[in-house]
Amino acid sequence: MTPAPSTAKTVQEIFARLRAEFGENAVLGLFEPKAGDSYLSIAPEAIERVAAFLHEDAELFFNSLMCLGGVHEQGDQPALVVVYNLHSMRHRHRVTLHVRVPMEKPIVKSVQHIWAGANWFEREAYDLLGIQFENHPDLRRLLLPPDWTGHPLRKDYEYPKEYNGISCVRAKLK
Amino acid sequence: MGEMTSQEMTLNMGPQHPSTHGVLRFVVQTDGEIIRRATPDVGYLHRSIEKIGEIVTYPQFMPYTDRVDYVASMSSNEAYARSVEALAGLQVPRRALFIRTLVCELGRISSHLIGVGALAMDIGAATPFTHALREREWVNNLLEEICGARLTFNFIRIGGVWMDMPVGWKERVLEFVDHFEPALVEFNQLISDNEIFVKRLANVAVISEAEAINFGLVGPNLRGSGVRFDLRRDEPYSVYPDLDFDIPIGRGERGRLGDSYDRYMVRIREMSECCKIIRQCLKMVEPGPIMAKMPRVLKPPVGEVYVRTETPRGEQGYHLTSDGTAKAYRVKIRTGSFSAMSMVEKISEGIFLADLIAIIGSFDVVAPEVDR
Repeated sequence: MTPAPSTAKTVQEIFARLRAEFGENAVLGLFEPKAGDSYLSIAPEAIERVAAFLHEDAELFFNSLMCLGGVHEQGDQPALVVVYNLHSMRHRHRVTLHVRVPMEKPIVKSVQHIWAGANWFEREAYDLLGIQFENHPDLRRLLLPPDWTGHPLRKDYEYPKEYNGISCVRAKLK
Repeated sequence: MGEMTSQEMTLNMGPQHPSTHGVLRFVVQTDGEIIRRATPDVGYLHRSIEKIGEIVTYPQFMPYTDRVDYVASMSSNEAYARSVEALAGLQVPRRALFIRTLVCELGRISSHLIGVGALAMDIGAATPFTHALREREWVNNLLEEICGARLTFNFIRIGGVWMDMPVGWKERVLEFVDHFEPALVEFNQLISDNEIFVKRLANVAVISEAEAINFGLVGPNLRGSGVRFDLRRDEPYSVYPDLDFDIPIGRGERGRLGDSYDRYMVRIREMSECCKIIRQCLKMVEPGPIMAKMPRVLKPPVGEVYVRTETPRGEQGYHLTSDGTAKAYRVKIRTGSFSAMSMVEKISEGIFLADLIAIIGSFDVVAPEVDR
């Protein structure tokens, strides 16, 4: 049996396809750093449409959400970035999406109705980075206690001195 | 006569329940014996490993990866090492890759033994657990011999491995494999074909192929639903392309495809595949260096990478973001147990309370991997 011809698409092809479908206001650009993965930048208000398209389209068919995480980017314009790592088990290709939202309004549309696995990933990103996912059915803290203040994976997070009377400061060695 | 219902009751299961595989808690709403809703409450073992990753340098983070999944820390080491190597563009010597594969597959056997043994014990069969631990003890001795630790190894390093194999270690690994293959047959006779055991697992928590993919199940849990997807085969890395082994998947042999028994049997069959891999590695390993040429201070270039590795609990992925300094800007760890736990709420609707224990066992959830 000869192996079937590869149907995997390159990140450039995926970018071109999305640009043609959604335009440059939704698909902001393709970034190809020298090291590591290339990624597509998507506008926050478009991510739900783009994700649904990536999931449904027969030629792209990203049926698997490998990972969803957040990064707090510092610099001139601090922002929270949601990173989506997608993979297609049918076509064996993958793509990374970035959605940049400003610190003062960190709101992204939820994709948990597209990939059910995103439910907890989004809760974790909300918990640790304070990213709000719109239309998420159960956006509660996941790992930290419900009465915790702040989002620890933000770069400007200040370590609490105590939590409900329990000291969080390490005792000095005598 | 209308439908018989009784008053709903809210039960607290855990955090210190013996069958919760670490510290995790369920808030269970029951109607008699039937679960209406089981809400997992995780986070009891949250040690902010991702935040620590931003504070320490790349090599310093390696011991913390042991604690991500302490039942199979060799694989966690490998997963992290591979992601840093991908970002920094390091080439690992072939001998080091073989040693990695040997210790990881030994670790996979030891982890699956805990998985299947604990599952049997959770649903009431205490003896198989002692058999499983007896075999695991042997693996632990072998791993202790190569790196000095029995649980948190810190053995695989960025660019290679810490130590070469001790003299005579290969022979002792072979001795273990020769002993283990018949022992696995004995284990199957003891429990896998036991009618009571089968009845507790068959047709319980059936997960379809589409559901498994959509919820992001990985590893044996995904393959239990009949999806033949294994990163060692489908995104080959290390020396796996040169090795000959099968990917066991669920067959629905005692019930419907994707039930708890299928997930259990995938783990049993994977253990004998591990033995095959170990035998081949022992034959193929050749002398050579065990460490890549490393810079004095490792500073990966600016960029990000997501690399995933097949660990006993499925895909473990490290999403690393580098800003060009000696410390990672962000470390995001994606683990198999996390996805499995997130699915428990969905599949536990309408099942018996006693089956919830079987589900957690059949998912082989390890709580520290959920919480990190």
